Amino acid sequence: MKALVLRRAVNVAVTVACGAMVVFAVAPLGSLLWLVVSKGVAGLSLSFFTALPTPVGEPGGGVGNAILGTAMLVGLACLVGLPLGIGAGVFLAERGDGPFGRAVRFTAEVFSGVPSIVIGIVAYGIVVVAMRRFSMIAGALALALLMVPTLARSTEELVRLVPGTLREASLALGVPAWKTSLRVVLRTAAGGILTAVLLAIARAAGETAPLLFTSLNNQYWNVRPDQPTASLTVQIFNYAISPYEDWHQKAWSAALVLLLLVGSLNLLARLALRRSAAGGRA
Amino acid sequence: MNGPIKLRVERLQARFGDHHVLRDVTLEVPASSVMAVIGPSGCGKSTFLRCLNRMHELVPGASSEGGVYLDGEDLYRRGVDPVLLRRRVGMVFQRPNPFPTMSIRDNVAAGLKLNGFRGRLDDVVERCLRQAALWDEVKDRLRAPATSLSGGQQQRLCIARALAVEPEVLLMDEPASALDPVATAKIEELMHELKERYTIVIVTHNMQQAARVSDRTAFFYMGELVEAGATEKIFTNPTEQRTEDYVTGKFG
Repeated sequence: MKALVLRRAVNVAVTVACGAMVVFAVAPLGSLLWLVVSKGVAGLSLSFFTALPTPVGEPGGGVGNAILGTAMLVGLACLVGLPLGIGAGVFLAERGDGPFGRAVRFTAEVFSGVPSIVIGIVAYGIVVVAMRRFSMIAGALALALLMVPTLARSTEELVRLVPGTLREASLALGVPAWKTSLRVVLRTAAGGILTAVLLAIARAAGETAPLLFTSLNNQYWNVRPDQPTASLTVQIFNYAISPYEDWHQKAWSAALVLLLLVGSLNLLARLALRRSAAGGRA
Repeated sequence: MNGPIKLRVERLQARFGDHHVLRDVTLEVPASSVMAVIGPSGCGKSTFLRCLNRMHELVPGASSEGGVYLDGEDLYRRGVDPVLLRRRVGMVFQRPNPFPTMSIRDNVAAGLKLNGFRGRLDDVVERCLRQAALWDEVKDRLRAPATSLSGGQQQRLCIARALAVEPEVLLMDEPASALDPVATAKIEELMHELKERYTIVIVTHNMQQAARVSDRTAFFYMGELVEAGATEKIFTNPTEQRTEDYVTGKFG
């Protein structure tokens, strides 16, 4: 009986401790979210999503060009970063046991610890200096470089989780190994990889430092990859460090817009996945 | 027993690194018959089966020597593509392993689709599901995920999937060991029908099952083929003492 009482006491204590940890971890996030929503919502209007920025003191204006810029930067970064990152991850999981694979894995791990501003300098050195111009493509490259290592490592872990019996089933049907990796193994891991991709996109969309001296900024609409481009994060940065009250308000609102964009992208992708794998594994 | 020899295995050796798991196995399997491979755990039955479609060599460190002949053609000769070979020698595994992201229909069609088949898949799917005695149970929900089926249905789906690439030989590695008696009976019944068209090699732990489904039986012990012959003879009047001890349940 005594043992049982003790066990119950320990159970309650650990449950309470775990709950306290959760509150402790979530509270700052919650308060941050609340801060952004409460301060940002005041500046939101339809034109904030569609209009160009206005000079100080002029009412109205928005971050339409920055929304487009962030979308294009992240889109271009995905075009380069997703195939590279996911491809490297599949390689590491399926063929990465040799010395080359170990070297790639080690590089990816070191790479993911490099500060994002350093990645920005790399993109500056490779693209901006060569083109003699700040450009969207330079910013997108910096973001892609940021995505690749973490995406490769998480893809590797997810692909390794796919049971070997599925691989065998496919090989026993006379399917070549490369097709088995891509069409059976990768497809089975797709749900998890989508989560990894969404996290990578969210991280890339929220990066400021690597864009400061690559895509720079732009007061106007731009769709040309070889031109400087506005982005939400750099716009927020510029507004936030300015001494003007109405720009501070715009920084809060732009931050809220960024949160909304990343959040809704997340929801949409999850809905799409649930529909495509109806009844299957999530 | 009566048909021409479909598979001939000659002095087959198999290793995992330094571990010698199959020693000098020589065996013949006649066409359109069922050969049961029995023996205690770890005796090399599954390895033997996996040498027949060259799945054994996929395990890191695994190697083999000797010959396996399909219709007289050496499968281990240089220039034989194991990928193409596996379309002629299909395999069903111990645990049902349908592709979880695919529907019932797509699972059956998977082998053809992944191999670039362009044609009417629906006919193939129906034929294979009928052959695997699953059609009547799933014909109204071919688009449902394969994982929604019961274990026994999943295993028959895996058989249908293996049949879709039109193999000549079907290897079955304890296909019923994860199933209940009803599902097991269905699989066994199925084998009687399938052997009309296919040559079947089945590994089983269950000696009653071997006696029920097979025409010939091979008894493996510690990596060696102890005895092979007509199933009736192996179970009633074996030549070797070890075979008799095993089939009468003295060990194993």
